[in-house]
Amino acid sequence: MDLYIAIFQGIIIASTPLVLASIGELIVEKSGVLNLGVEGMMIIGAVSSFIVTYETGSHLLGLLAAIISSGLIALIFGILTQYLLSNQVATGLALTLFGLGLASLIGQSYSGITIESFPSLEIDILKNIPIIGDLFFAFDYLVYLSVLMVIGTYLFLNKTKRGLILIATGDNHDSAHSLGYSVKKIRLLSIIYGGACAGLGGAYLSLVQTPMWVENMTAGRGWIALAIVVFAVWRPLWIFAGAYIFGGITIIQLHIQATGVNIEAQYMSMLPYVVTILVLVFISMNKNRLAVNAPNCLNKLFTSDI
Amino acid sequence: MSKKYLGAFIVLLILGVGFYYQSQITTEDNNVKKIGFIYVGPVTDFGWTYEHDQGRKAVVNRFGENVETTYAESVSEGPDAERAITQMARDHDLIFTTSFGYMNPTSKVAKKFDKVKFEHATGYQRSDNVANYAARFYEGRHLIGLIAGGVTQTNKIGYIASFPIPEVIRGINAAYLAASSVNPTVEFKIIWVNTWFDPGKEADAAKALIDQGVDVIMQHTDSAAPMTIAQEEGVHAFGQASNMIQFGPDAQLTSIIDNWGPYYIDRVQKLIAGTWSSSDTWGGLDSGMVELADISDDVPQVIVNLVNSARDGIISGNLHPFTGPINKQDGSSWLSEGEVAQDGVLLGMDFYVEGVDGVIPN
Repeated sequence: MDLYIAIFQGIIIASTPLVLASIGELIVEKSGVLNLGVEGMMIIGAVSSFIVTYETGSHLLGLLAAIISSGLIALIFGILTQYLLSNQVATGLALTLFGLGLASLIGQSYSGITIESFPSLEIDILKNIPIIGDLFFAFDYLVYLSVLMVIGTYLFLNKTKRGLILIATGDNHDSAHSLGYSVKKIRLLSIIYGGACAGLGGAYLSLVQTPMWVENMTAGRGWIALAIVVFAVWRPLWIFAGAYIFGGITIIQLHIQATGVNIEAQYMSMLPYVVTILVLVFISMNKNRLAVNAPNCLNKLFTSDI
Repeated sequence: MSKKYLGAFIVLLILGVGFYYQSQITTEDNNVKKIGFIYVGPVTDFGWTYEHDQGRKAVVNRFGENVETTYAESVSEGPDAERAITQMARDHDLIFTTSFGYMNPTSKVAKKFDKVKFEHATGYQRSDNVANYAARFYEGRHLIGLIAGGVTQTNKIGYIASFPIPEVIRGINAAYLAASSVNPTVEFKIIWVNTWFDPGKEADAAKALIDQGVDVIMQHTDSAAPMTIAQEEGVHAFGQASNMIQFGPDAQLTSIIDNWGPYYIDRVQKLIAGTWSSSDTWGGLDSGMVELADISDDVPQVIVNLVNSARDGIISGNLHPFTGPINKQDGSSWLSEGEVAQDGVLLGMDFYVEGVDGVIPN
C-alpha cells in the first residue's frame, strides 16, 4: 500500500510542472496565439526562481521572480508577434533558444549549490487521516495551486464574460475587433500570463523536484506541455488528464523497471511519447470535437491597427 | 523599414544570440597549439563534463601561453556532434571528444581531417589520428560496491543506469560482485533512464528506487540530482565522476572521481614535442585516473579497512575485480576459479553476471 501511495505522489510531482506550463499555454492558444517558446520560458523561470530563493532564502520571492522574469520574456514575444507582426512559429522557436542560452548565462555561478526544498502543506489534522492524508494532503503548495489554476481557468473561460471574449478573439479576431475589443491587448495579456505560468512550471523543477540549478534542466518538458494542450483539445480540465497520464507513465515505467520485470527499458522510455502520439491521432479523428474547441485563428496574424 | 521586416530582424537577432550561447565555441587567434574539447553536458554539471573541463584547465595551467583551449558544451550525441567536431577540426591541432556516442562522428571527421589529431573517450575505434582513452571505472565501482554491501540495511541497492553500453554494464557487474561478496543477500534494482543528463528524470528514478525499498543509490548518469534526492529522503548515495558532497553532505558515502588532468597534460606534451601517436589508454586507480573521495563516517571501520586493502590490491595488481569463479546471469560459466577477465572481454561486456536481475536493453 505504501508503495502505491508513493507512486501516486511521484506521479503528482512529476506532472505538476507540466500542468502549470500547459494551462498557461492553453490560455495563449485560446486567444489565437501559438507560442512555441514554452521551454525557454520554463527554463528562465527555473533559473530566476532558484537564484532569488538562494539569495533571499524565501521561496515566495523565488516564485515571484519566476512569474516576473518569464512574464517579461513572454512580453518580448508578445511585442514581436503582435505589434511587429513577426512569424509566431519562428519567434517561438527563437524564444526557446534564447531562453536556454540566457538561463545558462545568468545561472553560471549558481551551479553546484542547493537550497532548502519547498515547504509542504502542514495541516496535521488532514495529513494524519490514514491513506487520504498521504494521497491528498502531503504535497507542496504549488501542487494545490496548479489544481486551482486549472479549475480557475475552466471557470474563467466558460463562466465569465472576459473568458468568452478571449475565446472569441481566438476564434475570429476580425469579429472581436469589429465589436470593439482590442485583439492585440487581449493577446498580449494572454501571452504574459502564459509566460508566468510556464515560469511557475520551471520554478517547480528547480525549487521542488530537484532543489538545484543545472543548465538544460527542463530537458524538453516545455515541448511536452505544448503537446498536452493539443492532447486536451484546448479544454482546461483535460489538461489534468494529459499531464497526469504523461507523468504517470513516466513514473510507473521507472517502478516497473525497478521491480525487475523483463521488458526492455527503451520501450518503457518510449511509452509516454507513444501514448501521447496515439491519443493525438485518436483526437484528430474526431473532426467535430476539434472544430468546436480548437481556436480558429491560432497562429494567424492580426494586422489591423488598434 | 516596415514593421514586418523589423520584426523579422529582431527575431534573427534573438536567434543569433540564442545559437551563440547554445554552443559556445570560443576561438582565439595566433599559431600556438590549439586544443579542442567536445562535451556532452554543460561544464557546470558537477559530474562527467565538469571533470573533463577540470582536465582542460589543468592543461591551460601547465602550458599557459603555448596552448589555446576551446570547448563546445552540451553537444548532443547525434548529427550535431559531427557538425561540432567538423567545425572544430578546421582550426585545431588536437581534439578530445569526451563521450561514447561521439565515436562514429569522430572517426568520420578524422578521415576528412587527417592532419588533425583526435582523442575519443571510452570508445574502441582507433586509427592513425584517432587515439582512445578511458578509465577503469569498474575498479572504483568495485570499491563502492564493497561499501554499498556493507552499509545497506534493506539489502536493496538502487542503480540508475544511462545507456546499455559495455562501460555501464561493466560498472553494474563490478559493483554487484563486490557488494554480494560482503553481503550475499544483496539485491540490485536497476533503472535505465536512457539519458546521460536529465536531472528531473534522474530524480524521479531515485525517488522510485527509494520507494521500492532501496537505501543506497548508485548512479551512472551525470547530474547530481539523485544525490539531492538521497539527501532529502535520508538514504545514502555515491557521487559519480565528481565529488558531489555539497549536494549530499549526509547522504554521500563517497564518490568515484575521474581525474583526466594528468592524461590530458601528457597528451598535449606529446603533441607539442611532436611525438604524439595514436594509442589506447585504459588507466585505473594505479595511474590516478580513477580516485575515491573521502569515505563517509557512516561507513563501518571494518568496511573502510576492506576498501583500503582492496584499493591497495588493485593498485599493486594482486586483486582484479573480475576474478573467477564468476557465472553469467543465465548460469553458464564465464570465469573459472582464479581466472581473471581479459580486457577485450571487459571492453565488449554485454551480459550481466549471475545474481543480477532484469534484462539488458539492446
